[in-house]
Amino acid sequence: MIISLFDLFCIILFILAIRFMATPKTANIGNYSAIISMMIAIGISFFPLPEKFLWLLGAIFLGAIIGIIFGEKIKITELPQMIAILNGLGGGAATCIAIAETNILKHSSAISVLGGIIGAITLSGSLIAFCKLQGIIKKRKIFLSPLIINLCFLLAVSAAPLFFDSQTILVPVIFILALVWGIFMVFPIGGADMPIIISILNSFSGWATVAIGFSYSNVLMIVVGTIVGASGTILAYIMIKSMNKNLLKLFIQPDSLTTNNVMEKMPNEGNPEDAAFIMENAKNIIIVPGYGMAAASAQYAIKNMADILEKKYKISVRFAIHPVAGRMPGHMNVLLADAGVDYEKVFELENINSEFSETDVVYVIGANDITNPEAKTNPDSPLYGMPVLDVDKAKVVFFVKRSLNTGYSGVNNPLFFASNTIMLYGDAKKITEDINKILEQ
Amino acid sequence: MDNFAILLTFFAMACFIGYFVIWGVTPALYSPLMSVSNAISGIVILGAITTGNDWWGIFAAFLASVNIFGGFSVSRRMLAMFRKKGKK
Repeated sequence: MIISLFDLFCIILFILAIRFMATPKTANIGNYSAIISMMIAIGISFFPLPEKFLWLLGAIFLGAIIGIIFGEKIKITELPQMIAILNGLGGGAATCIAIAETNILKHSSAISVLGGIIGAITLSGSLIAFCKLQGIIKKRKIFLSPLIINLCFLLAVSAAPLFFDSQTILVPVIFILALVWGIFMVFPIGGADMPIIISILNSFSGWATVAIGFSYSNVLMIVVGTIVGASGTILAYIMIKSMNKNLLKLFIQPDSLTTNNVMEKMPNEGNPEDAAFIMENAKNIIIVPGYGMAAASAQYAIKNMADILEKKYKISVRFAIHPVAGRMPGHMNVLLADAGVDYEKVFELENINSEFSETDVVYVIGANDITNPEAKTNPDSPLYGMPVLDVDKAKVVFFVKRSLNTGYSGVNNPLFFASNTIMLYGDAKKITEDINKILEQ
Repeated sequence: MDNFAILLTFFAMACFIGYFVIWGVTPALYSPLMSVSNAISGIVILGAITTGNDWWGIFAAFLASVNIFGGFSVSRRMLAMFRKKGKK
């Protein structure tokens, strides 16, 4: 076992780094602690000098340049994709290490093969998640039920180690199998489940590191990998709970895409003039953003609206965020922060839900299922039991939407037809800008 | 004490530390948390450096390096957004 005082120092710094992530004030220190710790860890690992250390340095240097260029250039709207891809690369690295170990030792340990398998699933799964987020893959249906596919792969991959003991040739076969599994695992999963699947892939890249750490008896890799694994697992747990799903259902039978939008009556339709007039006369407003805000890059227009309402009309404006709004955990918070919204005005579901009943106007922009009151009232609804924002309790609700289509769940939202709801049809950004123009006059 | 038991002890302790430290993070910072933890999962690069005698190991070092530097750079950008508002 290799452990030095440097390792101990790095471990403490990594743990403190995550601890500093607890609040926005110290989070930046957290990031820099993690960077310093990582640099020390990499530096130390070069002693004693490996045989091909120049090649290694070159590879690391090239990777650093590519990583930094992409990290700095990527658009804010593409952050979930970027995180997915980076996750995949981490998993891919674990798989390559497992292959390298097999080549060098001419024999492979079960634990490093396990790391390689998890890494391979992470790699291909993340690539599929990336394609889905980027809109390259839109389909979800596959020829077999996901239950059968996942079970088959599980059996195949777990049976494989029984045979590879002396035959290292089988190791790459297992990894290819795992790669294919990753594709099939993520393929049937839809857009709104992305926060869950990204968290799970994040945790996988950590567990793969743990397995590799065990095979090298490296404490630093085990501890850091475990913290990453815990982080991904806890985020996935929070996301799953906020959607009232369960993990098995997600992989065995993802929700079917149905559209059962029955038009009971016509919803109230409004225009930006109506919205501006009602907002001007309100005392307090809550803005509820969803993925539609991200898709339309409407966060700057929203920030502008909040500023005008606060400065010119002295109206209190707050933001309410559902845990699963968007495509990754905390997606909406990042977008609002980017637009310049003070994080003290941004509230999580449990802290603001009781205040909707005392709110004059709610402005829902690009969100649907997370406001559906049927989740509270209708036991037959697929959403039943999911915590939702109680926007229906406010005096007036504005929904900015492209059309009356159902949300991701395919469930009708009765709120659209409520007497205190006004629909604003159109692009989230354009509608908000139109309202801003009128408010400014 | 045998090697595996020591490693397992570290693993178990890390599970507890991870559990408590992660729950301490405010929900507003879940995205940067994910990005930072993503970057530090690149610690797997230590394994790559050890297997650097094989070309697969060198390729692994390249992949992990993109992961590390890309992840830190994305985290830095996200956190800068939170910080510039914090000052106001």
